[in-house]
Amino acid sequence: MKAYIRSAAIVAPQDGSAGTPLLRQVLTYTGNRLTCAEPDYNQFIDPRAIRRMSRIIKMGTAAAMQCLQLADVQMPGAITMGTAYGCLEDTGVFMKRMVEQHEEMLTPTSFIQSTHNTISAQIALQLQCHAYNNTFVHRGFSFESALLDAKMLLEEGQKQVLTGAADEITPYSFSILQRFGLYKTDPGNNIDLYNRPGKGTMAGEGAAFFLLDSSDHPGNYAIVDGLHTFYKPAGIETIWENITQFLAANELQPGDIDLLVTGRNGDAAGDKIYAEMQEAIFPEQVAIGFKFLCGEYPTASAFALWMAARILKEQQLPAVFGVTQPASLRRVLIYNHYEQIHHSLMLLRAC
Amino acid sequence: MYSSNAAVYVGGLGVVTAIGNNKAECLASLEAGKAGIAGITLLDTIHKNTLPVAEVKLSNQELERRTGLRAHTSRTALLSVLAAREALEDAGISSASEWRMGFISANSVGGMDKTENFFPGFLANANSGHLRSVVNHECGAVTEIAADALRIQHFVSTISTACSSGANSIFFGARMIRHGLLDIAVAGGTDALTKFTLNGFNTLQILDKEWCMPFDEERRGLNLGEGAGYVVLMSEKVMQSLGKQPYCKLTGWANANDAHHQTASSPEGAGSFAAMKGALDMSGLAAADISYINLHGTGTQNNDISEGTAIQRLFSAPYPLMSSTKSFTGHTLGASGGVEAVFSALSVQQNLVYPNLRLHTPIQALPFAATTEFSRAHTVHHVLSNSFGFGGNCSSLIFSKS
Amino acid sequence: MSDLKAQIVAQLNLQHVKPEDIGDDMPLFAEGLGLDSIDALELIVLLQQEYKLKLNNAEEGPKVFRTVRTMAEYIKSHQA
Repeated sequence: MKAYIRSAAIVAPQDGSAGTPLLRQVLTYTGNRLTCAEPDYNQFIDPRAIRRMSRIIKMGTAAAMQCLQLADVQMPGAITMGTAYGCLEDTGVFMKRMVEQHEEMLTPTSFIQSTHNTISAQIALQLQCHAYNNTFVHRGFSFESALLDAKMLLEEGQKQVLTGAADEITPYSFSILQRFGLYKTDPGNNIDLYNRPGKGTMAGEGAAFFLLDSSDHPGNYAIVDGLHTFYKPAGIETIWENITQFLAANELQPGDIDLLVTGRNGDAAGDKIYAEMQEAIFPEQVAIGFKFLCGEYPTASAFALWMAARILKEQQLPAVFGVTQPASLRRVLIYNHYEQIHHSLMLLRAC
Repeated sequence: MYSSNAAVYVGGLGVVTAIGNNKAECLASLEAGKAGIAGITLLDTIHKNTLPVAEVKLSNQELERRTGLRAHTSRTALLSVLAAREALEDAGISSASEWRMGFISANSVGGMDKTENFFPGFLANANSGHLRSVVNHECGAVTEIAADALRIQHFVSTISTACSSGANSIFFGARMIRHGLLDIAVAGGTDALTKFTLNGFNTLQILDKEWCMPFDEERRGLNLGEGAGYVVLMSEKVMQSLGKQPYCKLTGWANANDAHHQTASSPEGAGSFAAMKGALDMSGLAAADISYINLHGTGTQNNDISEGTAIQRLFSAPYPLMSSTKSFTGHTLGASGGVEAVFSALSVQQNLVYPNLRLHTPIQALPFAATTEFSRAHTVHHVLSNSFGFGGNCSSLIFSKS
Repeated sequence: MSDLKAQIVAQLNLQHVKPEDIGDDMPLFAEGLGLDSIDALELIVLLQQEYKLKLNNAEEGPKVFRTVRTMAEYIKSHQA
């Protein structure tokens, strides 16, 4: 069963409009944080529903609705999504009031919306979609689990599955993650992310949704041929082994890959894995990063899938990557790791 | 490699709830009609003397000792390891096995029990508080503590769809087996009581200040509980190689969305009807084949009438036996689908029907009543287990004699 | 009653409603302003916060929260 990407949409730190070529204009951010360029949500969400929604719920719902609009599909056969942190803003609001008001006079709205499946539920509610609806919350595997679920649903006979991911940064989460030493401290910008040596990355966030379809339609973006995740690999050899076995399982050689998309995020230790892997397995391939565009967050691989799908659809590598376009743009391999713990491979093919 | 009718066996069970620290203790309490609901002892909250809850009767220190996990581990993870390890040992599977094993666990608030201790200090000063208290805040972090303790590495994931999370984890694991992606799936859910959830449910005014009375005309609301429950699902090949009798088979499942309201269930039970119907269709059973229904049965006015109405629409007289074991364990949220799957599998294996405690006046609008007697007198062929959550997320599982 | 209307708009984040758009006798729920059960819970807290009034039982809700006028009358008759 093929899994065609029929449409893809984002709310991200970059403009993802379908009408203009991919990344024609790139938004720049200085420091250690990229935030979403948010659309006018009234285009995508019933205004009566918006009043209660926090930012991530709007981001996720808008990306999902836009995705369906692009595909001209009213009702998906199932909805799956991933979010590592869930609705942090609502969680923070409820927690703050609970502390400051000593558990008295609390209101339900932020509690209800702090529930991790709020976004997928809101999408179902907006669409009046009674179909299968699932939310995965597994850190750097959240989106990959949702995508796996979607691919299995297609195998089981579903025709169209809406799948995606969303994560947000809030002042609380940023402040805490910063204390963990995750982010850079120099004043550089995101375009230079890979030239800012040392430890740390830039914080990111975003929502991305895809309509996966089991059949070919004119205008489909790409085909998701393969997906593989591996958890806490013992060492670099295990990583290489996973990658070569994944290619072999898809009856491919490293040389069959036209473009490699890696999760480089500017953190020296984490980026070393990509560099060594590239040198060992893909010495000839053109490689590009994506986290200089969206920042680092547990579901950033969804942004990578959106970007790769657009590249395959448009058959054009945007100038921002500063590399020579390969002679053929047929197969793209996305390799991402989150904090060196969660590793994922996604294999795409042009339609 | 998807095989739509490949058998999925339940080969091991593990559970911890307010009525017992393992399945033998839980079964003894179910048989004795002994609920685990009492006053709050573990949380520092203003609701201490007003809201009864169903706490697991082990302190964090005792849980750390039993699981071998380090101090300051989230209680959600501690409960998870205790129950999942029981399930794996019960199945007779060593973590060093060559099978492709996955751990799919559900929870609703991850390491919130630790985060909520961190927050008051953090609000006062953003640089204060031990980072170790928030490092495992994420739902997935809790799963990984357990997966690492069980040494399961091939596949790990976490599902969070509120109160149906545990059921969704279980059938996700079953699907991975049917797709040939896993040989063994340890699947279920865990949740510890937290001030966050207690206060959250309290704002919705659906907590009963007395012991809950599911499916009673005079029901007032739910009691929150805590716990964990896991099943070990396995393929035919694994089952044969182990050479022992499984508890039962998982033959049907479905998830559907009510798409009615963020928290409330639709009056006609659209989502719960579709979930139960979907599970029956998958297992190839008629409604009349179900021997016992383990109800979602939280005890709120809205939940119970919605579920009851959906049952009335799908089933006809004579109605199957049914009860809500939440009258014993409280509502364990993300764990409930796992806990009740364990109870359901034991029901099929041992022909058990559990009582619905404190039922005085059955819901008058419904043509059936929950059963109030513990029984071994019925042959239990198929059990339907319901789990319905916020966001209209409705799931049903069917366990069948193997 | 205009204070109360402003408080309702703020508490419920009714972005597209101006306080003066809410008629004194306009039904707040369903076909009127279109509020739902979550809003009802928010209004209970509003009464607590702004007027130190605690609704004694949930059944009072629909009666008290029918319109701005019924809310105002409840507040007036229950404030010491």
